[in-house]
Amino acid sequence: MLTSGAILLAGSLLSPNPGLIFWTAITFVIVLLILKKIAWGPIITALEEREKGIQSSIDRAHKAKDEAESILRKNKEVLAKADAEADKIIREGKEYADKLRADITGKAQEESKKMIASALNAIEQEKQRALDVLRNEVADLAVMGAEKIIKTALDADMQKKIVNSMIQDLSTKRN
Amino acid sequence: MKRLIVIRTRALFKVFAILVPLLFSGYAVGGATSQHSANAPQSVVGDPAGEVVHGAEAVPEEEKAGDVIMHHILDNNVISFDPFGEIHLPKIPPIGGVDISITKHVVMLWVVSAMLLVIFSVVGSKYKKMTARQAPSGLVNAMEALVEFIRVDVAKANIGTGYEKYLTYLLTVFFFILLCNLLGLVPYGSTATGNVNVTLTLATFTFFLTQSAALKAHGIKGYLAHLTGGTHPALWIIMIPIEFIGLFTKPVALTIRLFANMTAGHIVILSLIFISFILKSYIVAVVMSVPFSIFIYLLELFVAFLQAFIFTMLSALFIGLASAHEGHDEHEAGVSSH
Repeated sequence: MLTSGAILLAGSLLSPNPGLIFWTAITFVIVLLILKKIAWGPIITALEEREKGIQSSIDRAHKAKDEAESILRKNKEVLAKADAEADKIIREGKEYADKLRADITGKAQEESKKMIASALNAIEQEKQRALDVLRNEVADLAVMGAEKIIKTALDADMQKKIVNSMIQDLSTKRN
Repeated sequence: MKRLIVIRTRALFKVFAILVPLLFSGYAVGGATSQHSANAPQSVVGDPAGEVVHGAEAVPEEEKAGDVIMHHILDNNVISFDPFGEIHLPKIPPIGGVDISITKHVVMLWVVSAMLLVIFSVVGSKYKKMTARQAPSGLVNAMEALVEFIRVDVAKANIGTGYEKYLTYLLTVFFFILLCNLLGLVPYGSTATGNVNVTLTLATFTFFLTQSAALKAHGIKGYLAHLTGGTHPALWIIMIPIEFIGLFTKPVALTIRLFANMTAGHIVILSLIFISFILKSYIVAVVMSVPFSIFIYLLELFVAFLQAFIFTMLSALFIGLASAHEGHDEHEAGVSSH
């Protein structure tokens, strides 16, 4: 108790000391100015620079990500377009091939029909010609037969009748 | 097991490292009382004659303890290195009627300044060399944590935009007070911030900064309007004196808070030690004085940081409030909460 009383009574705890105030002010201001020059300036600048650096790194990373995403999207679009293109080309090729095949088949059938027709025509003509030849041959044969008959039994009138009737027969048969 | 013993011895060494300065601080009294310490155990035993002698001696003993404590706390122009001797500081003839002779606390201020300059010239030069991509390490890292704390959590949080102007002051005042507080806990050191003149000077800087911030933010007209408290002219005769006093309460509170906190801790530590000398009992020393003073010492370490932080924090807060463009009500609320 007495100790604390002595401290309180001493009163010098709160006694002003202008010299100390003066020195404190001088010391503090000088320290402040020097520290501002040698320490706070560089430290704060460095801290702010680092902050900015980190921020810009983050920004850059975000930008890079966005860019990558847009490129990916573009790639996908291009790929889709290419797919569609390929599909279209294939489809067109198929269609063209189908058409070509149909054309070719049609032409071939026409050709074959034409060929058959011409063949039939030729056959008909050949047949006509053969008939003509045969007719001539028959006539000759008939003439020859007649000659022989005539030579063997020359009965003029009767044979004339026979020949005529035969010729008549032949001609009616021909017609 | 072996490791445990090593750890224990280390812990013991630490305890001794804390104890030795405390014991040295009380050495003067210890030396003075040594001739009595021989018959002290007898008086404890209960010899009535010894008791009387002890009682008779107690009063000068206690006064002596008070003197020693005051000698330790107060400023003077002797730096004592008990038991190795002491340095008498030179007297400077008064200039303009003001005694500006160098005292113990002025020397402590200079020691603090020198340490600050050394530490931060090292740190600052590292930063000048460092590029933005390099990470700091060691001392630079430790200082950066503190600087960043003051910058972001104290200055930016309380002042807001335009905090950069006050950063230099806040950082300097924080490290200055912190080192002053810590040096008071070092053997043979004394706490410059435990002197009301020092804290008053520092608080005055805060006061001027606050007022200039208010003037800059509101202009002379706004500043004077602020003094009226935004009330009806009829109330001005009351409001203006109140607001005017209010201007000065903040720095005075800063002054008293820092000074009283730093002084109180030292007085408590010394008083706890002196109890054992006054009672002349080893039991009291072992059971009470030493453990309790160690506890208070550790508490003081915390308080050293805390008070430096509070001074800086409140300075930033006052500057922030003064330069705030918000209404008057917010300002009032902010002040009343402190």
